[in-house]
Amino acid sequence: MKIDCSGKNYDILNQEIAGLEGDIALINCCGQRFIGAGASGKRLTISGVPGNALGAYLDGAEISVLGNAQDATGDTMNAGRIVINGSCGDAVGYAMRGGEIYVRGNVGYRAGIHMKSYEDKVPVLVIGGRCGSFLGEYQAGGLIIALGLGYGDREVLDNFCATGMHGGKIFIRANTLHARISPQISVRDAGARDLALIAPHIREFCTLFGKTEPEIYEKSFKVLSPNSSNPYHQLYVQN
Amino acid sequence: MAFTLLFPDFDILRDPNRCIKCRVCERQCANEVHQYDEEHDIMLADENKCVDCQRCVTLCPTKALRICENEQVFRKNANWRAQTIKEIYRQAESGGVLLSSMGNPEPFPVYWDKTLINASQVTNPSIDPLREPMETKVFLGKKPEMIERSADGTLKTELTPQLELKVPLMFSAMSFGSISYNAHKSLAMAATELGICYNTGEGGLHEDFYQYGKNTIVQVASGRFGVHKGYLEAGAAIEIKMGQGAKPGIGGHLPGTKIVGEVSRTRMIPEGSDAISPAPHHDIYSIEDLRQLVYSLKEATRYAKPIIVKVAAVHNIAAIASGIARSGADIIAIDGFRGGTGAAPTRIRDNVGIPIELALASVDARLREEGIRNSVSLVVGGSIRSSADVVKAIALGADACYIATAALLAMGCHLCRSCQAGKCNWGIATQQPDLVKRVNPDIAAPRLVNLITAWGHEIKELLGGMGINSIEALRGNRLMLRGIGLNEKELSILGIAHAGE
Repeated sequence: MKIDCSGKNYDILNQEIAGLEGDIALINCCGQRFIGAGASGKRLTISGVPGNALGAYLDGAEISVLGNAQDATGDTMNAGRIVINGSCGDAVGYAMRGGEIYVRGNVGYRAGIHMKSYEDKVPVLVIGGRCGSFLGEYQAGGLIIALGLGYGDREVLDNFCATGMHGGKIFIRANTLHARISPQISVRDAGARDLALIAPHIREFCTLFGKTEPEIYEKSFKVLSPNSSNPYHQLYVQN
Repeated sequence: MAFTLLFPDFDILRDPNRCIKCRVCERQCANEVHQYDEEHDIMLADENKCVDCQRCVTLCPTKALRICENEQVFRKNANWRAQTIKEIYRQAESGGVLLSSMGNPEPFPVYWDKTLINASQVTNPSIDPLREPMETKVFLGKKPEMIERSADGTLKTELTPQLELKVPLMFSAMSFGSISYNAHKSLAMAATELGICYNTGEGGLHEDFYQYGKNTIVQVASGRFGVHKGYLEAGAAIEIKMGQGAKPGIGGHLPGTKIVGEVSRTRMIPEGSDAISPAPHHDIYSIEDLRQLVYSLKEATRYAKPIIVKVAAVHNIAAIASGIARSGADIIAIDGFRGGTGAAPTRIRDNVGIPIELALASVDARLREEGIRNSVSLVVGGSIRSSADVVKAIALGADACYIATAALLAMGCHLCRSCQAGKCNWGIATQQPDLVKRVNPDIAAPRLVNLITAWGHEIKELLGGMGINSIEALRGNRLMLRGIGLNEKELSILGIAHAGE
């Protein structure tokens, strides 16, 4: 099934998509928002640039973008998969609870903010390039993996990574980490068990984007995790 | 216990002639105030732990107990009140931020109490609601600019989704976590029977309560707890929580110790993990961004449900509401500074925000001036205490009111303002299983139904007295109100004349 998005407003386009199942190709996508919001039971392949909130509340559908995506991709995603063959804007994976997001290039501010995990749901966000500030802010669960591919020894992170993090793990592919990390977060070298945890996602990333595993493992990984699951333990007195 | 300068707030008076040492008080008090001394065969009390919830007083079979204010006084001082002195001792002893609960108890003006309602005499007959039909039903949501019909009379105009309420009242947001399972169930059952709505708050929707979906408003806050497609589809409307009257500018933070069992399952986060929901939604920095969240929720539910945006009443509320009305929201909920909470820093609760009466009047006026009043409905909360408050709110421009403290009172709350401790002896603001079962939904739900039914009758009587037979005809009808003891500025903000004018 192919849909030409040219000249279509997002509400019209999304209504069309909602009525379909199976494989759907969207061509000439140009900034239409909310594509695949809450979707399940379909595979969307998008050429062009989808607008904000792509795959919000995604509930099992698969979305592949053959280019860049904008802000709030995968907001509050519950299950499914989003693959971005380029870079994407701010707040990718906001509060995602399940499913996977693979980004070939860079991500903007606040990627993976409020990411959670619950029972068997462990969301995964893999970023091929560099990340904007506030990566994994308030992260409560799940895995964020940032690779910094194509940037040599440039810092993968920007400022304030993992502020307020109280669950989950962030893996940064870097031999040394220069970014300042809050003292509430522990930073250590990834060991064999850590690497085993991310291995399937690295393999998937390589398959999706034509990379090789040795090229990824050329550098070591740092693991960021919270020192406590209660970071804001403010001292209160009953009044 | 460490040395303290604090003395107890209350005295526990036990009449020895009445006390039969049945130890009911001891079993009922989760604060462990009462204790039986076997050696001397007497009941003891540690008044330091007493919060004056009056559970023991109510349940004492011989009425042997009374809780009184401790007569112990500091030297009289109009500036340094006893409460202020005690707060300083508390902070000096702990270094902690003062934490309180329920609504602002300070003696700020209550404008409901300074407004009077009109009645018909001679020229415009009043209506007897027992004899004539009165309409209390309201529909919340965006109203069309005009209605178009085709030749055969069928509606051509596409209507946007509306929330239908039999009376202009709803139970406002209280999350499962801040209140108990049984309290939530009682609200859900009552709302269903009454044909109104209750609100999940930001703690998700327990799977047992999906059956009450058409009388449920599901809330989405910055932490997105328990938010997924099924949850969004379960409710009759979706509320985006931007702010809360009791703590404007402050987010929610349920400590990990309260994230246990069902609360953890319903929020869909691991047990023991903090549930942090900061005040800002970190993807919203503008009305355009708010619009994006509003429309993402509409898209995810295929435009079938009205979207509510809830904000706290703060200084520039009229401009804020105007922005929200343009964001695509169907309903704006405004929460005044006397609204309740399960926990808020005392200083925030008592000093931040503005009264709902003033906020409502200025928002309604602003939206009318801009010609966009019909593109949203207005729901107000933050200490609506009676049917008279409801009638006054509607005359000031509200479409419906949110109540929560009144609903808790109906379920047995005694406003001891200790919710933050999680040891509510009335079984409401607690997750302790032995306490939770003290609220029996089969008893609490009918009490809520009684309250709202009684208010419904009173609303009809007040309307009838004015010669008005529907809520619609009272909305924004400020001629029906007069101020008493208000200055020019207050009258001009409220848009009402003074009594006698």
